Amino acid sequence: MIDTDALPPERLLRLYRDMLLIRRFEERAAELRMAGFIPGFLHPSIGQEAVAVGVCAALEPGDVLTSTHRGHGHMLARGADPGRMYAELYARRDGYNRAKGGSLHMIDTELGFLGANGIVGGGIPLATGAALQLKREGAGRVAVAFFGDGATNEGAFHESLNLASLWKLPCVYVCENNLYGEFTRQDRHQPIRDVAVRADAYALPAAIADGNDVLGVLRIAAEAVARARAGEGPTLVEAKTYRHRGHYEGDMGAYRPPDEVAEWLARDPILTFGTRLVAEHGIAQAALDAAAAEVERTLEQAAAFADASPHPDPEEALEHVYLDPVAGAALR
Amino acid sequence: MRTISYAQAIREALAEEMERDPDVFLLGEDIGESGGVFGVTKGLYARFGAERVLDTPISEEAIVGAGVGASLLGGRAVVEIMFSDFATLAMDMIVNQAAKIHYMTGGRLSAPVTIRLVTGTAGATAAQHSQSLEAWFAHVPGLKCLAPATPADAKALLKAAIRDPDPVCFFEHKLLYNRKGDVPDEVGPLPLGVARVAREGTDVTVVSYLKTLHDALAAAEELAAEGVSVEVIDARSLVPFDRETLRASLEKTGRLLVAHEAPLRGGFGAEIAAIAAGELFDLLRAPVARVCGTNTPMPYAPELEGFVVPDAARIADGVRSLVAAGVA
Repeated sequence: MIDTDALPPERLLRLYRDMLLIRRFEERAAELRMAGFIPGFLHPSIGQEAVAVGVCAALEPGDVLTSTHRGHGHMLARGADPGRMYAELYARRDGYNRAKGGSLHMIDTELGFLGANGIVGGGIPLATGAALQLKREGAGRVAVAFFGDGATNEGAFHESLNLASLWKLPCVYVCENNLYGEFTRQDRHQPIRDVAVRADAYALPAAIADGNDVLGVLRIAAEAVARARAGEGPTLVEAKTYRHRGHYEGDMGAYRPPDEVAEWLARDPILTFGTRLVAEHGIAQAALDAAAAEVERTLEQAAAFADASPHPDPEEALEHVYLDPVAGAALR
Repeated sequence: MRTISYAQAIREALAEEMERDPDVFLLGEDIGESGGVFGVTKGLYARFGAERVLDTPISEEAIVGAGVGASLLGGRAVVEIMFSDFATLAMDMIVNQAAKIHYMTGGRLSAPVTIRLVTGTAGATAAQHSQSLEAWFAHVPGLKCLAPATPADAKALLKAAIRDPDPVCFFEHKLLYNRKGDVPDEVGPLPLGVARVAREGTDVTVVSYLKTLHDALAAAEELAAEGVSVEVIDARSLVPFDRETLRASLEKTGRLLVAHEAPLRGGFGAEIAAIAAGELFDLLRAPVARVCGTNTPMPYAPELEGFVVPDAARIADGVRSLVAAGVA
């Protein structure tokens, strides 16, 4: 158990700053896309920052994670370099994936970030397999799979939970239930309200977190991670949250009732946490403002780094199909 | 030199690779204590234990996903797909994940997983347990595809697959499992992309692989009595494919017939025919012929199956037509 009330101020400020970094990274990315700097898809996680930051705060350096099409937040919360992320979004050579992946496939192996994923549910079996390897190695490391409520209707989710529970794999399954699978409200895509009940079918424990409360997410994630690390098997964590924007940048989200949006905007995870830090934890507003200023400087530099990075040469398209292309024969 | 079955050769390759490298482990349905439905992994569970020979639930996507996910962190999983038809349930993990991880991450990560796909008809196994789907996988950039016809090649190529840094689809034909052949006492990994001239000849080149290769050899034997000299090439590595051996053979024969069990339309034979027509046209003295499965699902009745699957007689007929066609 982690006592979040006893967290030192610098740790609390760090959680606030990391959420703000994600928020501003994605707001700026949306602007940069509109301005023509980013050619591909963007699926912003704005509104869901507390889940990414809360879960990643419960992890150790050796742990690994798989993410989703909405993965910028998970990657930044893990400590990724926003400059290399922007460079990837800009489709430049210094991008994390050398301009071969874009938003949907971003990766940082040094951080154990095994990738965003363009297939809904696609990261779940991969995290499960990673957990199998970590268990085989026996070093107490943990794998985390992030996914949304929509992914829990995929076979990949059910097959993976069954396997992980059967084999007691050190895996934490984190469902970011943002109430929508793409454009479809949860009550129209699954006959349950709590995704967590699906854990019962596979005999693994589940916990529901307020996904807009970073400390609440951290508490629950830390418990699940501790179970996995101790060899007690997987946990399903459901974090109830909401994305403030559409499914992708350009989707206006017209399928969502305005009062629902207003209700969730009032529960903004960053604003509410900032207010709590000042009111309950004795942190000065000036400290929050300083964090915000640092985030802006960081992102300004990140965008400049991306802009200065060279475009790939067209022939680079032929590289990295295979690690060993057998003297080019495998490409013919 | 020993004479062992194709299944035994695969089993030995698995065992020797597991001895060599503690990161190698096996995943699949009923492969553990039961030794697999075709007995390929018999004895490996007793020898290597439940930690390295993992019986899985019937969950193809999770099985392949587990193998791929483990491979991202250094595990060398060998996944058995009990019938290659069931790979349809794991296509996301094979096609969207394993095949593309190296590319879409700009080379920062790769998935060196081996997927053993049990292929072809075993006799009356019908439409959902008999397919030959190698062309699907050969079509996907990022995958390598191997299709051995003999015990010696099965052993050497499986070792190569397991050691390869990329994902490999390894096709095994059910009707080959009990077929025996000579295997050297010591077998190392075979380089990929090297075909084998299974029989030398001068009039016609027949390229095949897996079980149909043996039908091609039988046809060549039959035709030799008629004075037709057939060169038979065992492609055995589809991706990468050995163009040089094909060229050298066509320089002698100028006539090409491709034979496989998979349906004709869009089969791997179409790729071989296109390589010949597009890159080796000057060597051809007749149109490329293909003797392949019919464009139908696999039927159940033996008479129907016999109609669908090419055999030595049909390959021999194809060669006879080819000899008569084109220019001298």
